[in-house]
Amino acid sequence: MGLAKRIIPCLDVDNGRVVKGVNFVGIRDAGDPVEIARRYNEQGADEITFLDITASHEGRDTTVHTVEQIAEQVFIPLTVGGGIRSVEDIRTMLNAGADKVSINTAAIVDPELVRRASERFGAQCIVVAIDAKRVADVDGAPRWEIFTHGGRKPTGIDAVAWARKMAELGAGEILLTSMDRDGTKNGFELGVTRAITDAVDIPVIASGGVGNLDHLVDGVLIGGADAVLAASIFHFGEYTVPEAKAYMAERGIEVRL
Amino acid sequence: MQRVAVIDYGMGNLHSVASALEHVGAGEVHVTCEAAEIRAADRVVFPGVGAIRDCMAEIRRLQCDELLRSALTEQRKPVLAICVGMQALLSRSEENGGVDCLDIIPGQVKHFGQPLHDTDGQRLKVPHMGWNEVRQTRAHPLWQGIPDNSRFYFVHSYYVHADDRALQAGALNYGVEADAALARDNLFAVQFHPEKSHTAGLQLLRNFLEWNPAC
Repeated sequence: MGLAKRIIPCLDVDNGRVVKGVNFVGIRDAGDPVEIARRYNEQGADEITFLDITASHEGRDTTVHTVEQIAEQVFIPLTVGGGIRSVEDIRTMLNAGADKVSINTAAIVDPELVRRASERFGAQCIVVAIDAKRVADVDGAPRWEIFTHGGRKPTGIDAVAWARKMAELGAGEILLTSMDRDGTKNGFELGVTRAITDAVDIPVIASGGVGNLDHLVDGVLIGGADAVLAASIFHFGEYTVPEAKAYMAERGIEVRL
Repeated sequence: MQRVAVIDYGMGNLHSVASALEHVGAGEVHVTCEAAEIRAADRVVFPGVGAIRDCMAEIRRLQCDELLRSALTEQRKPVLAICVGMQALLSRSEENGGVDCLDIIPGQVKHFGQPLHDTDGQRLKVPHMGWNEVRQTRAHPLWQGIPDNSRFYFVHSYYVHADDRALQAGALNYGVEADAALARDNLFAVQFHPEKSHTAGLQLLRNFLEWNPAC
């Protein structure tokens, strides 16, 4: 017995409000990220990921304030992603109380940002988010490519090679989202999950497509993920975090109960 | 009411540690590198994140090492070292090509090494990131109310091995057997992050605030 597989609820936050809705029994304010984060903390979530989708510059100040409030009340690790473009942005979020910062598009525009950030703050707090989509097979082998702009814009970059490169540049963790599966509730894209977990020595979080608890199990047992991230199955009260953990534990996965 | 100084040598955000200490009842928490504030505190927390070479450089530049030694051996206050704060107490770390540390606890800080496997042959990722069981290798007031083999949150690529095995208070198994906690007199050092370890971590911090080491 050693390290547990992690279960990570994800909050999508726009201008300080959780979007996509949350439906907990007895929650006072379904849009308040602080209350929702606190609820997941009480449920025994292993970490919380906060994805900022605020478009406006002014809204970013709201995000910083929200992260500060969550960090004061939630005593599990907090990852913040979305709109991180520079070492300065990372510093701002870490100072606000984030434990890790997730970089996505900015790493594609400037891969050296990952190296600079890792050298300055340590690999342990630099997460590289990869949005991958399956493209035409090459010589019969499946291939996944990095997409930006919510899965609309191809980059031509091979997702597995990219993960390897990010790890070499100093990423401490990979947050892998399958754009084919995100929002579908059909389960993780296990092929790319396995390919990337095998390709790198750093931990990989699987994301995108969770619709039931078997999907979480498959992400770990078939995909080889070190952590599984989900949003809607938890937000809408379909499953609680303890239910998810109990289910995984029954199938032989080591979790923190 | 307890006054706690969290030694700040400029390497990363220490508000999480401060918030957690306040949450469990510390009256006043000062995040500081001021000698007067550290001297006036009832208890001292020595945290750390980031790379050891930069940490050691700042610890020495700001003379935090002297303040720490004074709190430990002259004032004999309870001291809790966390993560890189723990690693800095050892003699030497393999990180950054080899860095001399404070040698307050003789021993080494080593890389987990690659490839790393568990006893079943499963490949283990580095950094060691997440919730690992901690085996309490001896009784200690800081373990009070925390079940043996409780999980704590770790994030590190280097692990501690103290020369004096009697100092080990908690063990961690991750491909290798490492020191998760060391205890000596008024010093308790942990590799994990109690401030991020939910109920078990908060209980350890609560115990720290109530700890009266006889020394």
